[in-house]
Amino acid sequence: MNALTYPPHARTYRYDEIDREFLQERIAEFRGQIERRLAGELTEDEFKPLRLMNGLYLQLHAYMLRVAIPYGLLNSAQLRQLGRIARRWDRGFGHFTTRQNIQFNWTKLEDVPAMLEALAEVDMHAIQTSGNCIRNTTTDEYAGATPDEVVDPRVYAEILRQWSTLHPEFTWLPRKFKIAITGSPNDRVAAQVHDVGVLAKRNERGEVGFEIHAGGGLGRTPIIARKLRDWVPEAEFLAYMEAVLRVYNALGQRENIYKARIKILVRDLGDEFTQMVEREYERMPRDRYRLDPEIVAAIGAHFAPPPFASLEDQALHADPEFRQWASASVRAHRQPGYASVTISLKPIGGIPGDASADQMEAVADLAERHSFGEIRVTHVQNLVLPHVRQEDLYALWGGLRAAGLATPNIGLISDIIACPGMDYCALATARSIPIAQRISERFASLDRQHDIGECFINISGCINACGHHHVAHIGILGVDKRGEEVYQVTLGGSATNDAAIGELIGPAFSYDTIVDAVETLITTYIAHRVPGERFIDTYRRVGVTPFKDALYAPA
Amino acid sequence: MPLLEDGRLRPDDWTSIEDDAPLPDGPAIISLDRLRAEAAALAGRNAPLGVAVAPETQPEEIAPFLDRLALVAVRMPKPKDGRAFTQARSLREHHGFTGEIRATGHIIPDHYAMLLRCGVTTVEVPEGTDPATWTRSRDAIRVGYQAAQGADRPLSLLRRKLELA
Repeated sequence: MNALTYPPHARTYRYDEIDREFLQERIAEFRGQIERRLAGELTEDEFKPLRLMNGLYLQLHAYMLRVAIPYGLLNSAQLRQLGRIARRWDRGFGHFTTRQNIQFNWTKLEDVPAMLEALAEVDMHAIQTSGNCIRNTTTDEYAGATPDEVVDPRVYAEILRQWSTLHPEFTWLPRKFKIAITGSPNDRVAAQVHDVGVLAKRNERGEVGFEIHAGGGLGRTPIIARKLRDWVPEAEFLAYMEAVLRVYNALGQRENIYKARIKILVRDLGDEFTQMVEREYERMPRDRYRLDPEIVAAIGAHFAPPPFASLEDQALHADPEFRQWASASVRAHRQPGYASVTISLKPIGGIPGDASADQMEAVADLAERHSFGEIRVTHVQNLVLPHVRQEDLYALWGGLRAAGLATPNIGLISDIIACPGMDYCALATARSIPIAQRISERFASLDRQHDIGECFINISGCINACGHHHVAHIGILGVDKRGEEVYQVTLGGSATNDAAIGELIGPAFSYDTIVDAVETLITTYIAHRVPGERFIDTYRRVGVTPFKDALYAPA
Repeated sequence: MPLLEDGRLRPDDWTSIEDDAPLPDGPAIISLDRLRAEAAALAGRNAPLGVAVAPETQPEEIAPFLDRLALVAVRMPKPKDGRAFTQARSLREHHGFTGEIRATGHIIPDHYAMLLRCGVTTVEVPEGTDPATWTRSRDAIRVGYQAAQGADRPLSLLRRKLELA
């Protein structure tokens, strides 16, 4: 299988001979590093960062291979190959992550070279999906389709991908570094809780520029990013990014792993950090780092609109069950007669973000039939078919149902983000997947879920916060308290334009009572809401007290 | 310890001098503290002078002395500690330093290509080092996606890709 079999109109970045040469060299290099480790030429301490930068992570029970899906974009040939890898070298599943990547949780070390070869067959790899380097840039899963887009973020995400790949200066940073970019004024990428969040926009002359935020993050110390600059011209984009990274690489803490992210440096230096970046940027030889319009255009050509048919918008099929699914999963498209469809990887009682090999193949087929062979991975661990004809929606729904992928819960209470937790992760101090499964089972009634409306529950199994609980409407953090798993609840978080860190509401709940606590929060919301209010709106209006009273009232 | 330069081992003709030891007539590497303290006296010295900087030293701090320095040694205390990369790049790019930049400390062959791309010229390696391992690592990946010191042109790969199209 190779690029020749790619669907012709899927707008993923197409590798050229140089990209392929690079990938082959990188695989050979990693194979050599494994050999040197086995021969004792590299110590485990020396080998570990090399292994991590190639996506190989040691979990609780096995190695995990985390495969990069650049800014969440896949074509059907690539997704089919991921399914094949899941079937052949994992246990028939893959797990889509909040960084829009996929991980294989049951990888055998000796299989890794063959898995990397299989990935390379479809121009994929596992480079920089772990380690203290610049990770996969994430972007809007509706890029190139959403009506509110001002700038196509995929173009700049690809430029960032190339720029950050084995960057000679920024591969041994104090800690991992995550960038998100959006080209829409409505932030769907959680820009303000990233190491760098980029908002691409246009000035009154229509030129592209970037608003740059830095120092946001979750983990033990959740912080909303600081805006460094309102406008960086397109040509200076990489120069400015270099300046931010240089200040961080030179001054970021390296002694204490929990203080090593850029957010701590930005928080401690405040405006001085901004000034240092500006000083670095001012003195850089700009010509050397200038992003020429021709380069942008050449990359941009990869993301040209697919050949849309000239259609008109049309009414949805009358089938009520279909309509319930569509109300959650179908989203407006900028092209008349088209829609974007979000595919839930959160079946009731399932593991959030998991997809079986069969499901991956089914989605690949449906994407070819209905969406130019293109698929997106979302940072809430679902999939998107970006460009579906409205007239095909009913048929697509049928196909998704057959594959067990038509749960109509996008944006609802069972569309939960959960980290792998103690079921997989060596760092976790509590289980998170079973909590997600039990909440989803408790609220299994889809009518009830639709009545509750938009509500984001995120679950982390330790304070490193991979489940993004800080920015959930209802955040759940599992911690170990004297050998017992207990769950803290935060309320009022948000990862969108009104980004906010959730507030801890009170004493933690046990594994057995946490689902009851969530139910109490929801019934309290239902009792207080006024028409049209979401959970978060009611919470903001009435404050924490009614929720606290309901949770902690003496029985 | 031997030095690696252009992929070959060569003896080190520099000597690292303790702060309280007298300076020899030959090439000498001293600390930044001593360089600062004895700047006036050192101005008249004829033999080559080098300075060893700590990972936390900002290149601005040695900028006033660069015109009389033939060597700056940067150090990686651990393989994961990449501050030396920014120090080297800054010395070349902001301060126009054209002398030897030497990387010392806990360096592994896998750093080599990146050190060179950031402007490092020599690497201090342990006795018994097989230079072939280092050149293999250096040459493992010939494609660079970004501007590097000594590279033919800015944003090298993006530019090459454009020409390829």
